[in-house]
Amino acid sequence: MGLAKRIIPCLDVDRGRVVKGVNFVGIRDAGDPVEIARRYNEQGADEITFLDITASHEERDTTVHTVEQMAREVFIPLTVGGGIRSVSDIRTMLNAGADKVSINTAAIHNPELVADAAARFGSQCIVVAMDVKRVTNDATDAPRYELFTHGGRKPTGIEAVSWAQRMAALGAGEILLTSMDRDGTRDGFELTITRAIADAVDIPIIASGGVGNLQHLVDGIVEGGADAVLAASIFHFGDHTVPEAKHYLAQHGVEVRL
Amino acid sequence: MAASVAVIDYGMGNLHSVASALEHAGAGEVVVSHEAAAIARADHVVFPGVGGIRDCMAEIRRLGCDQLLADALADGHKPVLAICVGMQALMDSSEENGGVETLGIIPGRVRFFGQDHRTECGQRLKVPHMGWNEVHQCREHPLWAGIDDGARFYFVHSYYVAPDEPAVNAATFNYGVVGSAAIAQDNLFAVQFHPEKSHTAGLRLLSNFLQWNGTC
Repeated sequence: MGLAKRIIPCLDVDRGRVVKGVNFVGIRDAGDPVEIARRYNEQGADEITFLDITASHEERDTTVHTVEQMAREVFIPLTVGGGIRSVSDIRTMLNAGADKVSINTAAIHNPELVADAAARFGSQCIVVAMDVKRVTNDATDAPRYELFTHGGRKPTGIEAVSWAQRMAALGAGEILLTSMDRDGTRDGFELTITRAIADAVDIPIIASGGVGNLQHLVDGIVEGGADAVLAASIFHFGDHTVPEAKHYLAQHGVEVRL
Repeated sequence: MAASVAVIDYGMGNLHSVASALEHAGAGEVVVSHEAAAIARADHVVFPGVGGIRDCMAEIRRLGCDQLLADALADGHKPVLAICVGMQALMDSSEENGGVETLGIIPGRVRFFGQDHRTECGQRLKVPHMGWNEVHQCREHPLWAGIDDGARFYFVHSYYVAPDEPAVNAATFNYGVVGSAAIAQDNLFAVQFHPEKSHTAGLRLLSNFLQWNGTC
């Protein structure tokens, strides 16, 4: 027995409320983030990820305040992402009580931010988030996955596997990989790219986007090679609890913390 | 009366989570400081650490935290808890940042898991060692009260402690290599994992620490 695979409930937070959409639209309200985080902490979640999807900069103080409240009551690792653009943003979130920050668009605009942040705060707290989509030029091409920004609307032309390798080399401690094709669909993780990146880098991979049932979590770990699986709606709307997910994984031969 | 705790602050990383977990575990006053008087006054001392060892050691020495720690340990019965990089700093040296001399309180080295780290069976292991691993207790200690042997704690590190004398180990973990998960010596207890992030087991360990009188 060794290291357990991690189950990470994800809170997408907009203006202080947990929301969840399908392919980033069709938002449903799921409640108060601190209350939900407390519930997952009690259920035995291994970590919690908080993604601030608020567009406006003015709402930043709300986010910092929410993270502070959460950190006082949640004694498992807390990752905060969304709108992290600078070393100073990272410091603000770590000081508010985050254990890790997730950097997405800012890493694309300024990859050196990852190196600076890892040097200053340690790789262990720098998660690089990648939103990827499958792109094909013609039917005969092998599948190619590229990074997208703006909730999957804007292509960057950056190839996903080489990007993950570059981020790891710059000092990222972990990769949060979200399939924008699958996010919110409940069709399961995009396993091809998950496996490709898990095999290509030495740092842990968190699979995200598309979980609709508990077998999808097993698939992400066993077939996708992910070290951790992130899910939102299956937990928020009461389909499953974290203990149910863990027991299911354990029954299917995945080592978990029970 | 609930024990007062000083968390030694040498400016590296966020110490609020340690302080808030100690409060949750039943501490009285928790001060985060590098003032000698505040450390001397506290009933218990916590020596945390996050980040690169070279920067940590530079700040520890610049702010005189090495002396504060030595004074607390020399007291002989004041309970001291070192966490993560705080534990690594106790050893003679670390392989991190090209080789760094550390405090030399416990004989031994801090070693890198290595590139292309694998299990005995050849299965690849990711570095950092990040997540919940089993902590195998090697001996009885007041800090293990109510905690099952093999209970999982949250680890996040790329370097691990290898003491010269395995008898100082209070617990080990297995991640391709067997590393030290905890060291106990007199009034010192050191852990590689993060009790402040290890939910029920972690809070229990902190609560045990607050009730500990510093003897084994």
